Amino acid sequence: MKNFENLFAAWMIVWVVFFIYEISIARRMARLREDIESLKRQMRER
Amino acid sequence: MKARYASTIAVAVLIFFAGYAALFIAPDEKTMHAIQRIFYFHLPSWIAMFTALSVVFVANIAYLATRRSKWDSLGVSAAELAVVCCTIGLATGPLWAKPVWGIWWTWDARLTTTFILWLLYISYLLLRGLLDDPEKKAVFSAVFGIFAFLDAPLVYVSNRLWRTQHPQPVILGGNNSGLDPMIGKVLLLCVIAVMGLMILVLLDRYRLEQLRQEFDELRLEQEALALEPSSIGRERS
Repeated sequence: MKNFENLFAAWMIVWVVFFIYEISIARRMARLREDIESLKRQMRER
Repeated sequence: MKARYASTIAVAVLIFFAGYAALFIAPDEKTMHAIQRIFYFHLPSWIAMFTALSVVFVANIAYLATRRSKWDSLGVSAAELAVVCCTIGLATGPLWAKPVWGIWWTWDARLTTTFILWLLYISYLLLRGLLDDPEKKAVFSAVFGIFAFLDAPLVYVSNRLWRTQHPQPVILGGNNSGLDPMIGKVLLLCVIAVMGLMILVLLDRYRLEQLRQEFDELRLEQEALALEPSSIGRERS
C-alpha cells in the first residue's frame, strides 16, 4: 500500500492525542477530588 | 453510571466499525489511493471542532447574559476540546499534503486562517490561567471567546472566497462537487463515531470544570472561616 506510513502516522496521531487528552482529564479530576477531600477535612477539624 | 458505560461501549463499537470501514471497506480514490483514507478522520475532526466552537460561542453569550457559572464551565470545556480537534486536523493535514502536494504546509488562506484559529483558542485557554478571580476570568474569556469565534466562519468560507492550495469543498461545494456514495456512507459513519467520542470527552471535561468550581468555592469558604475571630477570642472579649 503506497504511502502507508503517512496513513498509519495520521491514524496514530488521532488516537494518541485523544488518549493523552482523556488521561489528562482523568488525572486532573483525581487531583481535584483529593484536594476537595483535603479541604473538607481541614474545615471539619476547625 | 449505567448510561455512561452503555454510551462508552456504543461509541467504542462505532469507532471500531468506522475505523474498519475507513481502512478496508471504502473504495480507493482514483488518483490519491491509500493516502486519501486520512480524509475519514481528518474531516470528522474538523466537523467536531466547528461543533465545539459553536458550543463555546453559545456558552460565552449565555454566560454574559445570565452570569451563571455552568455556561462558563461549558465554554472552557468545549474550547479545550476544540483545540484538541484542531490539533488533530492540523497534524493529519500535512501527512496527507506531503505525498499529494509535495509539501507539508503552505500559507494559503485556508491553512493560515485555521492556524490563527488554533492560536486564538490556545490564547483563550492561556488567558484563563492568568486571572485568579473566577468572575473576572469568566467575563474576560467570554468576551475573548466571542471575538475568537469571528475567525471560524472565515476558515469555513476561505477556500470558497480565495484560490487555495487546499482542495475545494467536496460537500456542499456546488455543481462539480460530491462524493462517491460508498465514500459518503463511510464518511458519515466516521463523523458519527468522532462526534460520539467528542460528546463523551466533553461531558468528562465539563465534570472536571464543575469539580474545579466546587474546589474554588470551598477554598473561599475556608479563607472566610480563617478570617473569622476564633471562639476563644470571642470568649475573652
